[in-house]
Amino acid sequence: MALLSHLLSTFIDTLADITPILGLIFGFQLLVLRQPIPHPKKTALGFLFVLLGLTLFLVGLEIALFPIGKLMATQLSSPQFVFGTATAPENPPWQAYGWVYAFAALIGLATTIAEPALIAVAQKAHEVSRGTIDPWGLRLSVAVGVSIGISLGCFRIITGTSLVSYIVVGYSIVIIQTFFAPKMIIPLAYDSGGVTTSTVTVPLVAALGLGLAATVPGRNPALDGFGLIAFASLFPMMTVMAYAQIVQWFASRKEAL
Amino acid sequence: MIAFIQVISKTFTKRILDSGKDLLPIIVVIALFQTLVLGQPIPDLAGILTGTFLVLMGLTFFIAGLELALFPIGEGMAHSFARKGSLFWLLTFSFCLGFSTTVAEPALIAVAKEAASIASDAGLLKPGAEEQSSYALGLRLSVAVAVGLSILIGILRILRGWPISRLIIGGYVTVLIMTLFAPREIVGIAFDSGGVTTSTVTVPLVTALGVGLASAIRGRDPMIDGFGLIAFASLLPMIFVMGYGILLFGPSL
Repeated sequence: MALLSHLLSTFIDTLADITPILGLIFGFQLLVLRQPIPHPKKTALGFLFVLLGLTLFLVGLEIALFPIGKLMATQLSSPQFVFGTATAPENPPWQAYGWVYAFAALIGLATTIAEPALIAVAQKAHEVSRGTIDPWGLRLSVAVGVSIGISLGCFRIITGTSLVSYIVVGYSIVIIQTFFAPKMIIPLAYDSGGVTTSTVTVPLVAALGLGLAATVPGRNPALDGFGLIAFASLFPMMTVMAYAQIVQWFASRKEAL
Repeated sequence: MIAFIQVISKTFTKRILDSGKDLLPIIVVIALFQTLVLGQPIPDLAGILTGTFLVLMGLTFFIAGLELALFPIGEGMAHSFARKGSLFWLLTFSFCLGFSTTVAEPALIAVAKEAASIASDAGLLKPGAEEQSSYALGLRLSVAVAVGLSILIGILRILRGWPISRLIIGGYVTVLIMTLFAPREIVGIAFDSGGVTTSTVTVPLVTALGVGLASAIRGRDPMIDGFGLIAFASLLPMIFVMGYGILLFGPSL
Protein backbone atom coordinates (compact mmCIF):
# COMPACT_ATOMS: atom_id res chain seq x y z
CA MET A 1 0.00 0.00 0.00
CA ALA A 2 2.84 2.33 0.89
CA LEU A 3 4.45 1.40 -2.40
CA LEU A 4 1.29 2.28 -4.28
CA SER A 5 1.00 5.73 -2.76
CA HIS A 6 4.73 6.27 -3.33
CA LEU A 7 4.24 5.37 -7.00
CA LEU A 8 1.22 7.65 -7.28
CA SER A 9 2.90 10.68 -5.71
CA THR A 10 6.03 10.22 -7.84
CA PHE A 11 3.82 9.88 -10.92
CA ILE A 12 2.15 13.20 -10.10
CA ASP A 13 5.53 14.89 -9.50
CA THR A 14 6.91 13.57 -12.79
CA LEU A 15 3.76 14.68 -14.59
CA ALA A 16 4.19 18.15 -13.11
CA ASP A 17 7.83 18.19 -14.34
CA ILE A 18 6.90 17.13 -17.86
CA THR A 19 3.77 19.28 -18.29
CA PRO A 20 5.58 22.55 -19.10
CA ILE A 21 7.66 20.73 -21.72
CA LEU A 22 4.56 19.15 -23.25
CA GLY A 23 2.73 22.49 -23.20
CA LEU A 24 5.63 24.19 -24.94
CA ILE A 25 6.02 21.51 -27.60
CA PHE A 26 2.35 21.21 -28.45
CA GLY A 27 1.76 24.96 -28.15
CA PHE A 28 4.50 25.70 -30.68
CA GLN A 29 3.58 22.78 -32.91
CA LEU A 30 -0.08 23.82 -33.18
CA LEU A 31 0.04 27.63 -32.85
CA VAL A 32 3.38 28.69 -34.36
CA LEU A 33 4.34 25.92 -36.75
CA ARG A 34 0.64 25.27 -37.42
CA GLN A 35 1.12 21.61 -38.02
CA PRO A 36 -0.73 18.59 -36.72
CA ILE A 37 1.13 16.26 -34.36
CA PRO A 38 2.73 13.55 -36.54
CA HIS A 39 1.70 9.98 -35.60
CA PRO A 40 -0.48 11.15 -32.69
CA LYS A 41 -1.10 7.64 -31.30
CA LYS A 42 2.55 6.63 -31.37
CA THR A 43 3.61 9.93 -29.82
CA ALA A 44 1.01 9.71 -27.06
CA LEU A 45 2.10 6.15 -26.28
CA GLY A 46 5.73 7.28 -26.24
CA PHE A 47 5.08 10.10 -23.80
CA LEU A 48 3.08 7.72 -21.62
CA PHE A 49 6.08 5.35 -21.63
CA VAL A 50 8.45 8.19 -20.70
CA LEU A 51 6.18 9.21 -17.83
CA LEU A 52 5.65 5.66 -16.62
CA GLY A 53 9.30 4.77 -17.09
CA LEU A 54 10.61 7.76 -15.12
CA THR A 55 8.11 7.09 -12.32
CA LEU A 56 9.07 3.42 -11.93
CA PHE A 57 12.75 4.27 -12.29
CA LEU A 58 12.69 6.96 -9.58
CA VAL A 59 10.59 4.95 -7.14
CA GLY A 60 12.81 1.91 -7.68
CA LEU A 61 15.94 3.96 -7.03
CA GLU A 62 14.42 5.39 -3.87
CA ILE A 63 13.44 1.96 -2.57
CA ALA A 64 16.46 -0.09 -3.59
CA LEU A 65 19.52 1.90 -4.45
CA PHE A 66 19.55 5.17 -2.55
CA PRO A 67 19.03 3.89 1.02
CA ILE A 68 21.72 1.21 0.82
CA GLY A 69 24.06 3.35 -1.30
CA LYS A 70 23.82 6.32 1.03
CA LEU A 71 24.25 4.09 4.08
CA MET A 72 27.37 2.59 2.52
CA ALA A 73 28.77 6.02 1.68
CA THR A 74 28.30 7.12 5.29
CA GLN A 75 29.71 3.90 6.73
CA LEU A 76 32.79 3.84 4.47
CA SER A 77 33.65 7.45 5.28
CA SER A 78 32.98 7.14 9.03
CA PRO A 79 36.00 7.38 11.37
CA GLN A 80 34.79 4.14 13.00
CA PHE A 81 35.38 2.23 9.75
CA VAL A 82 38.51 4.09 8.62
CA PHE A 83 40.40 4.47 11.91
CA GLY A 84 38.46 2.29 14.35
CA THR A 85 37.96 5.32 16.60
CA ALA A 86 34.93 7.54 17.18
CA THR A 87 36.54 10.63 15.63
CA ALA A 88 39.12 11.03 12.89
CA PRO A 89 42.57 12.33 13.89
CA GLU A 90 43.56 15.90 13.08
CA ASN A 91 44.93 16.04 9.50
CA PRO A 92 44.11 12.40 8.70
CA PRO A 93 46.51 10.69 6.27
CA TRP A 94 44.79 10.55 2.88
CA GLN A 95 46.03 6.96 2.33
CA ALA A 96 43.75 5.75 5.13
CA TYR A 97 40.70 6.31 2.95
CA GLY A 98 41.52 3.64 0.35
CA TRP A 99 38.06 2.06 0.40
CA VAL A 100 36.43 5.45 -0.06
CA TYR A 101 38.38 6.05 -3.28
CA ALA A 102 37.59 2.53 -4.49
CA PHE A 103 33.89 2.93 -3.71
CA ALA A 104 33.78 6.38 -5.33
CA ALA A 105 35.44 5.07 -8.47
CA LEU A 106 33.28 1.95 -8.81
CA ILE A 107 29.95 3.54 -7.90
CA GLY A 108 30.68 6.45 -10.27
CA LEU A 109 31.39 3.97 -13.05
CA ALA A 110 28.33 1.83 -12.33
CA THR A 111 25.78 4.63 -11.93
CA THR A 112 26.97 6.37 -15.09
CA ILE A 113 26.39 3.20 -17.11
CA ALA A 114 22.78 3.23 -15.86
CA GLU A 115 22.18 6.95 -16.51
CA PRO A 116 19.23 7.16 -18.96
CA ALA A 117 20.24 10.53 -20.44
CA LEU A 118 23.65 9.12 -21.38
CA ILE A 119 22.06 6.05 -22.98
CA ALA A 120 19.97 8.46 -25.08
CA VAL A 121 22.92 10.56 -26.21
CA ALA A 122 25.06 7.49 -26.98
CA GLN A 123 22.26 6.03 -29.09
CA LYS A 124 21.90 9.29 -31.01
CA ALA A 125 25.66 9.60 -31.52
CA HIS A 126 25.81 6.05 -32.86
CA GLU A 127 23.02 6.83 -35.31
CA VAL A 128 24.35 10.22 -36.42
CA SER A 129 27.95 9.04 -36.85
CA ARG A 130 26.65 6.19 -39.06
CA GLY A 131 28.02 3.62 -36.66
CA THR A 132 31.51 5.11 -36.27
CA ILE A 133 30.87 5.83 -32.61
CA ASP A 134 30.27 2.71 -30.60
CA PRO A 135 27.59 3.46 -27.95
CA TRP A 136 29.23 1.22 -25.36
CA GLY A 137 32.66 2.69 -26.05
CA LEU A 138 31.29 6.17 -25.54
CA ARG A 139 29.36 5.26 -22.39
CA LEU A 140 32.34 3.44 -20.90
CA SER A 141 34.70 6.32 -21.54
CA VAL A 142 32.24 8.75 -19.93
CA ALA A 143 31.89 6.35 -16.99
CA VAL A 144 35.66 6.13 -16.57
CA GLY A 145 35.76 9.94 -16.53
CA VAL A 146 33.10 10.15 -13.83
CA SER A 147 34.91 7.45 -11.90
CA ILE A 148 38.21 9.36 -11.93
CA GLY A 149 36.43 12.63 -11.19
CA ILE A 150 34.57 11.40 -8.13
CA SER A 151 37.50 9.62 -6.52
CA LEU A 152 39.72 12.64 -7.11
CA GLY A 153 36.95 14.81 -5.67
CA CYS A 154 36.95 12.66 -2.52
CA PHE A 155 40.73 13.00 -2.31
CA ARG A 156 40.27 16.76 -2.50
CA ILE A 157 37.75 16.82 0.34
CA ILE A 158 39.97 14.61 2.52
CA THR A 159 43.12 16.66 1.91
CA GLY A 160 41.27 19.97 2.01
CA THR A 161 42.99 21.26 -1.13
CA SER A 162 41.40 24.08 -3.10
CA LEU A 163 38.64 23.28 -5.59
CA VAL A 164 39.67 26.10 -7.87
CA SER A 165 43.20 24.86 -8.51
CA TYR A 166 41.89 21.45 -9.66
CA ILE A 167 39.34 23.11 -11.91
CA VAL A 168 41.98 25.40 -13.45
CA VAL A 169 44.26 22.46 -14.24
CA GLY A 170 41.31 20.38 -15.50
CA TYR A 171 40.03 23.04 -17.89
CA SER A 172 43.54 23.70 -19.16
CA ILE A 173 43.89 20.02 -20.05
CA VAL A 174 40.51 20.07 -21.79
CA ILE A 175 41.56 23.13 -23.80
CA ILE A 176 44.86 21.52 -24.85
CA GLN A 177 43.13 18.24 -25.79
CA THR A 178 40.69 20.19 -27.97
CA PHE A 179 43.53 21.07 -30.31
CA PHE A 180 44.59 17.45 -30.79
CA ALA A 181 41.36 15.43 -30.64
CA PRO A 182 39.50 14.44 -33.83
CA LYS A 183 37.22 17.33 -34.78
CA MET A 184 34.01 15.29 -34.90
CA ILE A 185 34.22 14.19 -31.26
CA ILE A 186 34.65 17.66 -29.72
CA PRO A 187 30.98 18.74 -29.43
CA LEU A 188 30.02 15.31 -28.12
CA ALA A 189 32.87 15.38 -25.60
CA TYR A 190 31.78 18.79 -24.32
CA ASP A 191 28.20 17.52 -24.07
CA SER A 192 29.17 14.44 -22.12
CA GLY A 193 30.19 16.60 -19.19
CA GLY A 194 26.64 17.78 -18.63
CA VAL A 195 24.92 14.52 -19.47
CA THR A 196 26.57 12.36 -16.86
CA THR A 197 25.21 13.85 -13.73
CA SER A 198 21.50 13.43 -13.38
CA THR A 199 19.10 10.97 -11.86
CA VAL A 200 21.23 8.12 -10.59
CA THR A 201 24.64 9.58 -9.88
CA VAL A 202 23.92 12.85 -8.07
CA PRO A 203 22.14 11.60 -4.90
CA LEU A 204 24.78 8.94 -4.17
CA VAL A 205 27.70 11.23 -4.88
CA ALA A 206 26.18 13.99 -2.76
CA ALA A 207 25.84 11.54 0.16
CA LEU A 208 29.49 10.57 -0.19
CA GLY A 209 30.66 14.19 -0.31
CA LEU A 210 28.57 15.27 2.65
CA GLY A 211 29.60 12.19 4.66
CA LEU A 212 33.28 12.96 4.11
CA ALA A 213 32.98 16.68 4.73
CA ALA A 214 31.08 16.04 7.96
CA THR A 215 33.58 13.57 9.46
CA VAL A 216 37.01 14.80 8.32
CA PRO A 217 38.18 17.34 10.93
CA GLY A 218 38.45 20.90 9.70
CA ARG A 219 36.06 20.44 6.77
CA ASN A 220 32.84 22.37 6.55
CA PRO A 221 30.06 20.24 5.00
CA ALA A 222 28.38 23.35 3.64
CA LEU A 223 31.50 24.52 1.80
CA ASP A 224 33.50 21.38 1.08
CA GLY A 225 30.61 19.02 0.31
CA PHE A 226 30.08 20.79 -3.00
CA GLY A 227 32.32 20.30 -5.99
CA LEU A 228 32.02 16.55 -6.59
CA ILE A 229 29.45 17.12 -9.35
CA ALA A 230 31.78 19.64 -10.95
CA PHE A 231 34.54 16.99 -11.02
CA ALA A 232 32.12 14.43 -12.41
CA SER A 233 31.31 16.79 -15.29
CA LEU A 234 34.91 17.81 -15.97
CA PHE A 235 36.69 14.48 -16.37
CA PRO A 236 34.34 12.84 -18.92
CA MET A 237 35.32 15.57 -21.39
CA MET A 238 38.94 14.43 -21.10
CA THR A 239 38.21 10.70 -21.29
CA VAL A 240 35.86 11.01 -24.28
CA MET A 241 38.44 13.01 -26.25
CA ALA A 242 41.12 10.51 -25.23
CA TYR A 243 38.87 7.63 -26.33
CA ALA A 244 38.43 9.22 -29.77
CA GLN A 245 42.15 9.76 -30.10
CA ILE A 246 42.88 6.13 -29.24
CA VAL A 247 40.26 4.87 -31.71
CA GLN A 248 41.71 7.11 -34.41
CA TRP A 249 45.22 5.94 -33.67
CA PHE A 250 44.24 2.28 -33.99
CA ALA A 251 42.33 3.00 -37.20
CA SER A 252 45.28 4.78 -38.79
CA ARG A 253 47.65 1.97 -37.75
CA LYS A 254 45.35 -0.60 -39.32
CA GLU A 255 45.33 1.43 -42.54
CA ALA A 256 49.11 1.68 -42.56
CA LEU A 257 49.52 -2.08 -42.31
CA MET B 1 -3.47 -4.19 -33.50
CA ILE B 2 -2.41 -7.74 -32.64
CA ALA B 3 0.62 -7.40 -34.88
CA PHE B 4 1.47 -4.15 -33.13
CA ILE B 5 1.31 -5.82 -29.71
CA GLN B 6 3.45 -8.69 -30.96
CA VAL B 7 6.12 -6.32 -32.23
CA ILE B 8 6.07 -4.38 -28.98
CA SER B 9 6.27 -7.44 -26.74
CA LYS B 10 9.03 -9.00 -28.82
CA THR B 11 11.17 -5.88 -28.67
CA PHE B 12 10.30 -5.46 -25.01
CA THR B 13 11.94 -8.74 -24.06
CA LYS B 14 15.11 -7.56 -25.77
CA ARG B 15 14.77 -4.14 -24.17
CA ILE B 16 14.45 -5.62 -20.68
CA LEU B 17 17.62 -7.64 -21.28
CA ASP B 18 19.41 -4.46 -22.42
CA SER B 19 18.28 -2.59 -19.30
CA GLY B 20 19.48 -5.52 -17.22
CA LYS B 21 22.93 -5.10 -18.73
CA ASP B 22 22.84 -1.37 -17.90
CA LEU B 23 21.94 -2.04 -14.27
CA LEU B 24 24.18 -5.04 -13.60
CA PRO B 25 27.28 -2.98 -12.65
CA ILE B 26 25.44 -1.15 -9.84
CA ILE B 27 24.12 -4.40 -8.39
CA VAL B 28 27.59 -5.98 -8.48
CA VAL B 29 29.31 -2.97 -6.88
CA ILE B 30 26.76 -2.64 -4.07
CA ALA B 31 26.72 -6.39 -3.35
CA LEU B 32 30.51 -6.63 -3.29
CA PHE B 33 31.03 -3.69 -0.98
CA GLN B 34 28.23 -4.71 1.35
CA THR B 35 29.37 -8.30 1.80
CA LEU B 36 33.14 -8.18 1.31
CA VAL B 37 34.23 -4.74 2.50
CA LEU B 38 31.65 -3.86 5.12
CA GLY B 39 31.01 -7.51 5.97
CA GLN B 40 27.27 -7.04 6.40
CA PRO B 41 24.25 -8.91 5.07
CA ILE B 42 22.03 -7.18 2.51
CA PRO B 43 19.28 -5.46 4.55
CA ASP B 44 15.62 -5.52 3.50
CA LEU B 45 16.10 -8.00 0.67
CA ALA B 46 12.44 -7.90 -0.38
CA GLY B 47 12.47 -4.11 -0.71
CA ILE B 48 15.69 -4.19 -2.71
CA LEU B 49 14.37 -6.83 -5.09
CA THR B 50 11.11 -4.89 -5.63
CA GLY B 51 13.04 -1.67 -6.17
CA THR B 52 15.46 -3.28 -8.61
CA PHE B 53 12.53 -4.71 -10.59
CA LEU B 54 10.92 -1.24 -10.75
CA VAL B 55 14.20 0.34 -11.90
CA LEU B 56 14.54 -2.32 -14.59
CA MET B 57 11.01 -1.79 -15.90
CA GLY B 58 11.33 1.97 -15.58
CA LEU B 59 14.51 2.15 -17.64
CA THR B 60 12.96 -0.13 -20.26
CA PHE B 61 9.83 2.00 -20.61
CA PHE B 62 11.82 5.22 -20.64
CA ILE B 63 14.11 4.08 -23.47
CA ALA B 64 11.10 2.85 -25.45
CA GLY B 65 9.33 6.19 -24.91
CA LEU B 66 12.47 8.00 -25.97
CA GLU B 67 12.43 6.26 -29.34
CA LEU B 68 8.67 6.55 -29.80
CA ALA B 69 8.21 10.17 -28.73
CA LEU B 70 11.11 12.31 -27.51
CA PHE B 71 13.53 11.74 -30.41
CA PRO B 72 10.96 11.96 -33.24
CA ILE B 73 9.26 15.04 -31.74
CA GLY B 74 12.57 16.86 -31.27
CA GLU B 75 13.73 16.11 -34.80
CA GLY B 76 10.30 16.74 -36.32
CA MET B 77 10.13 20.19 -34.76
CA ALA B 78 13.67 20.96 -35.89
CA HIS B 79 12.69 20.17 -39.49
CA SER B 80 9.47 22.22 -39.26
CA PHE B 81 11.35 25.20 -37.87
CA ALA B 82 13.98 24.91 -40.59
CA ARG B 83 11.26 24.85 -43.25
CA LYS B 84 9.34 27.75 -41.72
CA GLY B 85 12.54 29.77 -41.55
CA SER B 86 11.45 32.08 -38.74
CA LEU B 87 14.51 32.85 -36.65
CA PHE B 88 12.47 34.74 -34.08
CA TRP B 89 10.15 31.84 -33.26
CA LEU B 90 12.96 29.28 -33.25
CA LEU B 91 14.98 31.32 -30.77
CA THR B 92 11.89 32.00 -28.64
CA PHE B 93 11.20 28.28 -28.54
CA SER B 94 14.83 27.54 -27.62
CA PHE B 95 14.86 30.00 -24.76
CA CYS B 96 11.50 28.80 -23.40
CA LEU B 97 12.57 25.16 -23.60
CA GLY B 98 15.70 25.82 -21.55
CA PHE B 99 14.01 28.14 -19.06
CA SER B 100 10.86 26.10 -18.43
CA THR B 101 12.63 22.77 -17.96
CA THR B 102 15.08 24.27 -15.47
CA VAL B 103 13.12 26.66 -13.30
CA ALA B 104 11.07 23.90 -11.63
CA GLU B 105 13.81 21.24 -11.62
CA PRO B 106 13.70 19.56 -8.17
CA ALA B 107 17.49 19.14 -7.99
CA LEU B 108 17.94 22.86 -8.61
CA ILE B 109 15.36 23.80 -5.97
CA ALA B 110 17.24 21.66 -3.44
CA VAL B 111 20.63 23.16 -4.33
CA ALA B 112 19.28 26.74 -4.20
CA LYS B 113 17.80 26.16 -0.74
CA GLU B 114 21.07 24.67 0.50
CA ALA B 115 22.98 27.60 -0.99
CA ALA B 116 20.72 30.10 0.77
CA SER B 117 21.37 28.53 4.15
CA ILE B 118 25.13 28.56 3.49
CA ALA B 119 25.05 32.23 2.56
CA SER B 120 22.98 32.98 5.63
CA ASP B 121 25.37 31.09 7.93
CA ALA B 122 28.29 32.98 6.44
CA GLY B 123 26.59 36.25 7.37
CA LEU B 124 26.19 37.30 3.74
CA LEU B 125 22.42 37.63 4.05
CA LYS B 126 20.35 39.50 6.60
CA PRO B 127 18.89 37.00 9.05
CA GLY B 128 15.36 35.79 8.35
CA ALA B 129 13.58 33.16 6.30
CA GLU B 130 12.22 35.71 3.84
CA GLU B 131 15.70 36.94 2.95
CA GLN B 132 16.82 33.33 2.37
CA SER B 133 13.92 32.39 0.16
CA SER B 134 14.29 35.48 -2.01
CA TYR B 135 17.99 34.67 -2.41
CA ALA B 136 17.16 31.07 -3.36
CA LEU B 137 14.58 32.26 -5.89
CA GLY B 138 17.10 34.69 -7.40
CA LEU B 139 19.58 31.86 -7.73
CA ARG B 140 17.01 29.61 -9.42
CA LEU B 141 15.97 32.35 -11.83
CA SER B 142 19.59 33.10 -12.78
CA VAL B 143 20.21 29.42 -13.53
CA ALA B 144 16.96 29.12 -15.52
CA VAL B 145 17.70 32.27 -17.57
CA ALA B 146 21.23 30.95 -18.11
CA VAL B 147 19.96 27.62 -19.44
CA GLY B 148 17.40 29.39 -21.65
CA LEU B 149 20.14 31.59 -23.12
CA SER B 150 22.42 28.55 -23.49
CA ILE B 151 19.97 26.74 -25.72
CA LEU B 152 19.34 29.98 -27.64
CA ILE B 153 23.06 30.60 -28.23
CA GLY B 154 23.62 26.92 -29.02
CA ILE B 155 20.85 26.95 -31.64
CA LEU B 156 22.19 30.19 -33.12
CA ARG B 157 25.60 28.52 -33.35
CA ILE B 158 24.11 25.63 -35.33
CA LEU B 159 22.39 28.05 -37.73
CA ARG B 160 25.48 30.18 -38.26
CA GLY B 161 27.99 27.31 -38.16
CA TRP B 162 30.21 28.92 -35.51
CA PRO B 163 32.96 26.58 -34.29
CA ILE B 164 32.06 25.28 -30.84
CA SER B 165 35.57 25.07 -29.42
CA ARG B 166 36.13 28.83 -29.52
CA LEU B 167 32.85 29.61 -27.75
CA ILE B 168 33.29 26.95 -25.08
CA ILE B 169 36.96 27.73 -24.41
CA GLY B 170 36.07 31.43 -24.19
CA GLY B 171 33.38 30.48 -21.70
CA TYR B 172 35.75 28.43 -19.55
CA VAL B 173 38.28 31.23 -19.47
CA THR B 174 35.49 33.58 -18.34
CA VAL B 175 34.54 31.07 -15.60
CA LEU B 176 38.14 30.90 -14.38
CA ILE B 177 38.51 34.68 -14.28
CA MET B 178 35.21 35.09 -12.45
CA THR B 179 36.26 32.44 -9.92
CA LEU B 180 38.97 34.83 -8.73
CA PHE B 181 36.41 37.51 -7.86
CA ALA B 182 33.38 35.51 -6.74
CA PRO B 183 32.64 35.10 -3.01
CA ARG B 184 33.96 31.77 -1.75
CA GLU B 185 30.51 30.69 -0.53
CA ILE B 186 29.17 30.66 -4.07
CA VAL B 187 32.01 29.11 -6.10
CA GLY B 188 31.28 25.46 -5.20
CA ILE B 189 27.58 25.90 -5.85
CA ALA B 190 28.28 27.65 -9.14
CA PHE B 191 30.43 24.76 -10.36
CA ASP B 192 27.85 22.20 -9.30
CA SER B 193 24.94 24.13 -10.82
CA GLY B 194 26.34 23.38 -14.27
CA GLY B 195 25.83 19.68 -13.74
CA VAL B 196 22.48 19.86 -11.99
CA THR B 197 20.55 21.63 -14.72
CA THR B 198 20.25 19.06 -17.45
CA SER B 199 17.50 16.59 -16.66
CA THR B 200 16.71 13.19 -18.10
CA VAL B 201 13.86 14.47 -20.27
CA THR B 202 15.58 17.63 -21.48
CA VAL B 203 18.78 15.97 -22.68
CA PRO B 204 17.23 13.67 -25.33
CA LEU B 205 14.84 16.38 -26.50
CA VAL B 206 17.53 19.03 -26.85
CA THR B 207 19.93 16.58 -28.51
CA ALA B 208 17.29 15.57 -31.06
CA LEU B 209 16.51 19.24 -31.73
CA GLY B 210 20.17 20.08 -32.36
CA VAL B 211 20.88 17.06 -34.51
CA GLY B 212 17.61 17.59 -36.41
CA LEU B 213 18.45 21.22 -37.18
CA ALA B 214 21.99 20.42 -38.24
CA SER B 215 20.76 17.75 -40.66
CA ALA B 216 17.96 19.96 -42.03
CA ILE B 217 20.26 22.90 -42.86
CA ARG B 218 22.47 22.54 -45.87
CA GLY B 219 26.19 22.73 -45.16
CA ARG B 220 25.90 21.64 -41.53
CA ASP B 221 27.22 18.34 -40.28
CA PRO B 222 24.97 16.75 -37.63
CA MET B 223 27.98 15.29 -35.81
CA ILE B 224 30.03 18.50 -35.69
CA ASP B 225 27.22 21.06 -35.50
CA GLY B 226 24.35 19.08 -34.00
CA PHE B 227 25.86 18.19 -30.65
CA GLY B 228 27.02 20.77 -28.15
CA LEU B 229 23.75 22.24 -26.82
CA ILE B 230 24.14 20.48 -23.46
CA ALA B 231 27.68 21.83 -23.20
CA PHE B 232 26.39 25.41 -23.28
CA ALA B 233 23.70 24.51 -20.75
CA SER B 234 26.32 23.32 -18.29
CA LEU B 235 28.65 26.27 -18.87
CA LEU B 236 26.48 29.37 -18.77
CA PRO B 237 24.83 28.63 -15.38
CA MET B 238 28.29 28.78 -13.72
CA ILE B 239 28.87 32.25 -15.16
CA PHE B 240 25.40 33.44 -14.16
CA VAL B 241 25.52 32.06 -10.61
CA MET B 242 28.92 33.64 -9.97
CA GLY B 243 27.70 36.85 -11.57
CA TYR B 244 24.69 36.81 -9.26
CA GLY B 245 26.99 36.36 -6.26
CA ILE B 246 29.32 39.16 -7.31
CA LEU B 247 26.40 41.47 -8.04
CA LEU B 248 24.74 40.79 -4.70
CA PHE B 249 27.72 40.64 -2.35
CA GLY B 250 30.33 42.60 -4.28
CA PRO B 251 33.58 41.15 -5.67
CA SER B 252 35.91 39.49 -3.17
CA LEU B 253 39.67 39.69 -3.56
